[in-house]
Amino acid sequence: MSSVIVSSPYVAPGNTLKRLMIQVIIALVPGTLAYAWFFGPGVIVNIVLAIMFALTFEAGILKLRGKPVMPHLTDFSAVVAAWLFALCLPMHAPWWLVLTGIGFAMVAGKHLYGGLGFNPFNPAMVGYVVLLVSFPLEMTTWYLPGSVSGETLSLAESLAYSFGSADIGQWDALSSATPLDHVKTGVGQDIPISEISQSPLFGDYAGEGWEWIAFWWFVGGVYMLATKTIRWHIPASLLVAVMTLSLIFYLVDPEVYASPLFHLLSGAAVIGAFFIATDPVSAATTDLGRIYYGLMIGSLIYVIRTWGGYPDGIAFAVLLANMCVPLIDYYTQPRVYGEE
Amino acid sequence: MSSNSEITRNGLWSNNVALVQLLGLCPLLAVTSTVVNGIGLGIATLITLVLSNTIVSLIRGFVRKEVRLPVFVLIIASVVTIIELAMKALFYDLYLVLGIFIPLIVTNCAIIGRAEGFASRNPVGPSALDGLMMGTGFLVVLALLGGLREIIGFGTLFANAELMFGDGAQSLTVVLNQDYPGFLLAVLPPGAFFGLAILIVAKNWLDLRPAEKPEPAPPLPEGA
Repeated sequence: MSSVIVSSPYVAPGNTLKRLMIQVIIALVPGTLAYAWFFGPGVIVNIVLAIMFALTFEAGILKLRGKPVMPHLTDFSAVVAAWLFALCLPMHAPWWLVLTGIGFAMVAGKHLYGGLGFNPFNPAMVGYVVLLVSFPLEMTTWYLPGSVSGETLSLAESLAYSFGSADIGQWDALSSATPLDHVKTGVGQDIPISEISQSPLFGDYAGEGWEWIAFWWFVGGVYMLATKTIRWHIPASLLVAVMTLSLIFYLVDPEVYASPLFHLLSGAAVIGAFFIATDPVSAATTDLGRIYYGLMIGSLIYVIRTWGGYPDGIAFAVLLANMCVPLIDYYTQPRVYGEE
Repeated sequence: MSSNSEITRNGLWSNNVALVQLLGLCPLLAVTSTVVNGIGLGIATLITLVLSNTIVSLIRGFVRKEVRLPVFVLIIASVVTIIELAMKALFYDLYLVLGIFIPLIVTNCAIIGRAEGFASRNPVGPSALDGLMMGTGFLVVLALLGGLREIIGFGTLFANAELMFGDGAQSLTVVLNQDYPGFLLAVLPPGAFFGLAILIVAKNWLDLRPAEKPEPAPPLPEGA
């Protein structure tokens, strides 16, 4: 029995998973370069390490599960997850931190649920949250941008740092809180925001350096929208939620609640909106659902930043929203054509 | 009537309270951050199980079916109160560590489950043995899970052993790696779920292994 239907010159669909992932990687490049420009090549070291570890874990567990290894390794989904994960880490992280986090992301976050396409949670965020709750000290040691401290660690120094052959205390003078952290601590001590933002950590609109990195993530995001790698619903609704909430509270009291521009350009709001929340596997799948999903993440980000225990909340917001995805999808099924 | 070896096997392995019945998970997950805590609660549960099973079995002829559950709960509660007071007197520091989970043994479904499912329909001897074996099975899982979480979480083994075995036991504490940064996740509640899942996987894997042994291949028919 065979039913070969041949007619018209059909065109092969151009959008394979691999192609999609390569688009994401291209979109990640400008932001990553900006990150390295402001904070030194440590972030590149993290990304390379994370990708190597991710591919190793992926290959190992695929073999254990008796699945074909090469097709999955070369679809670049592990590379993208590792890249995003590495961008969440502090600029300089010891190698075992990268190993533990990406190991959890790949094994527990992705393959224990059945591998690519079956994971209910964003694997990169699972790995990040595991590290955040387990190693609070290592995960909150951030560094000053080079334009403030006058120097960033060179590639050799970053490598020495990653592999533990350098004394970490040696660069203590360069370490500092992120702008978001700075605002949170300051507000906690009743210092008005106009005074907090006099700190050299702050640039024209938000954190020095951070505002430009956010700009380049935005450029990458627009590229992904233009190539139809992602759709507009999630990033737009997420950013609108962050802006609206921060604007409301900013209008109430600008000395306690930071400006919408600050919230937008600090921390991971933009990269979260375009790159993290749009993970096609763990995000909502209907158009209306995507809007709810984005609004939920955006609101949670603002709530966690303002009243929560952590300075930034993308990871927790995304994971909490991931949990609601089945519910969101259930209630936002589009009407089938012809159905009353 | 189950034989003694069958009761033993059931309690320790094939019908293990924690790994197969998945009962009593609340204390199991909550207190097993170290081996010593695990063993402490394990022993308390073991004694409760043996005593409650014995008493329930003794009175099984007098208690009417309609009121059996309240009676069982009263018996278990009395036993737990005795243990709680004894622990307060003998191991005060450990009592402070385990805190609310000692009185909460009353609500451990494993205990009422054994009272209802086994002790109320069997004579005293097998009932006491069942309590002993079920309790031991639970204790072993608590200790294993505690060990797993302690090694991964703190890099030590038998920390705070002096709480249970007196000051002489301080030397029991094994520090596996002085520079270990600690992995807090294993100590926090998620670590308990991960750890229990790993133990259940290990048990199922061991159970399934013999089945995977290839049957001796039938001789090939001539000319195949």
